[in-house]
Amino acid sequence: MIVLKQKPLDWILEAARSYDNILIVGCNGCSGIYQVGGEKQVKNLKMVLEMALKIRFGKNINVETCTLLRQCDRDLVASSLRPLVKRIKENGAIISLACGAGVQTVSNVFPKVVVIPGCDTLFVGMRTKELGEFNELCRACGECILFETGGICPLTRCAKGLLNGPCGGMREGKCEVDPTRDCAWALIYERLKAQGRLDLFLKFRPPRDHRVSASPRVWRGE
Amino acid sequence: MRKIYSKLMENLLSGKFVYTAEIEAGKTTNLEEIVEKGKMLKNYVTAINVTDNPGACAHMNPLIPSYVIQRDVGVESVYQITCRDRNRLAIISDLLAAAALGIRNVLAITGDHVIFGDNPEAKPVFDLDSATLVYLIRKMVDEGVDLAGNKIEGEVKFHVGIAANPNAVPLELEILKIARKVKLGIDFIQTQCVFDIDVAKEFLREVRKFNIPVLIGICPVRSIGMMKWYIKECPGGIKIPADMQERLIAARKQKGKKAVLEKSIEISAELIKELRKTTNAAGVHIMAIGFEHVIPKIIEHSS
Repeated sequence: MIVLKQKPLDWILEAARSYDNILIVGCNGCSGIYQVGGEKQVKNLKMVLEMALKIRFGKNINVETCTLLRQCDRDLVASSLRPLVKRIKENGAIISLACGAGVQTVSNVFPKVVVIPGCDTLFVGMRTKELGEFNELCRACGECILFETGGICPLTRCAKGLLNGPCGGMREGKCEVDPTRDCAWALIYERLKAQGRLDLFLKFRPPRDHRVSASPRVWRGE
Repeated sequence: MRKIYSKLMENLLSGKFVYTAEIEAGKTTNLEEIVEKGKMLKNYVTAINVTDNPGACAHMNPLIPSYVIQRDVGVESVYQITCRDRNRLAIISDLLAAAALGIRNVLAITGDHVIFGDNPEAKPVFDLDSATLVYLIRKMVDEGVDLAGNKIEGEVKFHVGIAANPNAVPLELEILKIARKVKLGIDFIQTQCVFDIDVAKEFLREVRKFNIPVLIGICPVRSIGMMKWYIKECPGGIKIPADMQERLIAARKQKGKKAVLEKSIEISAELIKELRKTTNAAGVHIMAIGFEHVIPKIIEHSS
C-alpha cells in the first residue's frame, strides 16, 4: 500500500481559502484503507473546512464531495468527477485526499482546475502494528530480489540500501542509524537461516544498474 | 599468487608482526600537521591509514594526505575509501588519481551513515557498497578496466583491504560477509577496535580458513567517557572486558584523568604482546585519533 498522512489543517485552509467552490475527492484505495482519505475523512474535512473558513475568515463556501474507488484510475476519475467539476466551475478548486499519483491523475484529467493535495505521500509500506505504525517496504526499484533475500528488501529496509550488507554499524541485530530498528541484513540472515537457505547470504550482488529506476520511469507494456 | 606492490603487503605476508596506525585528514587546509604526525610515526609503523570523512564529518580528501605522507615522510599510506559520499564515477576517478600518485594500499569500507556526521542533512550515496568497491578495485587491478568494462590506460597497482568487526553479534553473520569478499579477492583485513583477547582469538580462529592476513584494531582510550562511548555508542558495538574497565576506572580514581591514558597504553601493549604470542594475527592497527603520540609508546612497550 501507499502510505500517506493528511497535511496539517492550517495548510489546507490557507491553500483553500481563496476559492468559493471546493470539491473534495477521496480515494478508497490505499488512502481509504489507512483512514486518511476515505469516505469518512472526506466528510470530516468538508465539515471542518466549512466551519473553519466561516469562523476564521467569515467566508461561506460551497463544498462538494466524492470518493472514488481508486483515484489513480484515469477513466474512473474522468467519468465520476466530470459532472462535479462542472459544479465548481466558478472560482473552484479540488482538494485530493489521495497519494501523489491520485492528485496528478485528477490534474491530468482536468488540467484547468487547481488541485490541492490534502495529503503528503510517504512511501510504499505496510501497517505493522495495530496502533498505526507503518513501515516502508518497497522502493519500486524495478528489479525484485526478494526471492533471494528471504522476502525482506535490503534496498528499502537497510538505511544505506546495501545489496551486500550488513555494514559495520550493525549492533546485535540492530541498525546503527536507529537502534530501535532491526538491521535488514540481520533479518535476512535469520530468515534465510530459518529457511535453510543460508548459502544465498553468501551471494555477491554486483553494483546496481541505476538506469532501471531512473526517474521519470515509463512502462509501455510488452 | 598475486603480485606484491607494497611494503605493507610484503610485510603482512612475511610473517613479521606488522604495525600500522591511522590519522585523520581533518577539516583543514593545513598539511603540515599531517606531515608532522607522519614523521613521528615513521620509524614505528609499516603504513599509515588516512581516513575518509570519518564519522561522516567532511574532511580534506584523504588522497592528498595519503600522497603527501608517502612523498614527504617516506612511509606508505593506506588510502581509505568509503561509499557514502561518492558514486561510482567519483570513486573510479579517485582511484585512478591514487594509482597515478603511487598509492598502493586501499581500504574499502561502507562508511558511517551521514546522520552521525557534521553535515547530517547530506544525501547518503552508497551507489557502491564495500563489497562492490572491492569488486571494482579487482577489476581495475586484474583486468585494467572500470566497472562497465572500459579500458584504463596504464597499470593499476593496489592491494585492497576490508574492515571487519570481531565484536559483531552474531559473529557468524560477520564471517559470512567476509567470506563474500574473500571470494571477490581481498588482500588483507583490518579490524574494528578489539579490547578483549578472547574476541580477537575467536575471530582469528573463524577467519583462519580464508588465509588472509589480519590486522587487529587496537584503540587506546584517554578517558572513562571514551571507554563508555566504545561500549555503548560506537557503531557496530565494542566489547571491553569488565576487569579492563575496572583497571581504567581505578586509575582514574587513584591518579586522576591523565592516568587513564597511561593505563590504557599499558593495557594496549599487553594486548598486543598477547596477540603476538598466542595468535596468528599478522599485526595490529593502532587508532588513537587526536593523541597519536601514544602510538610509539604502545609499540615500544609491546615489542
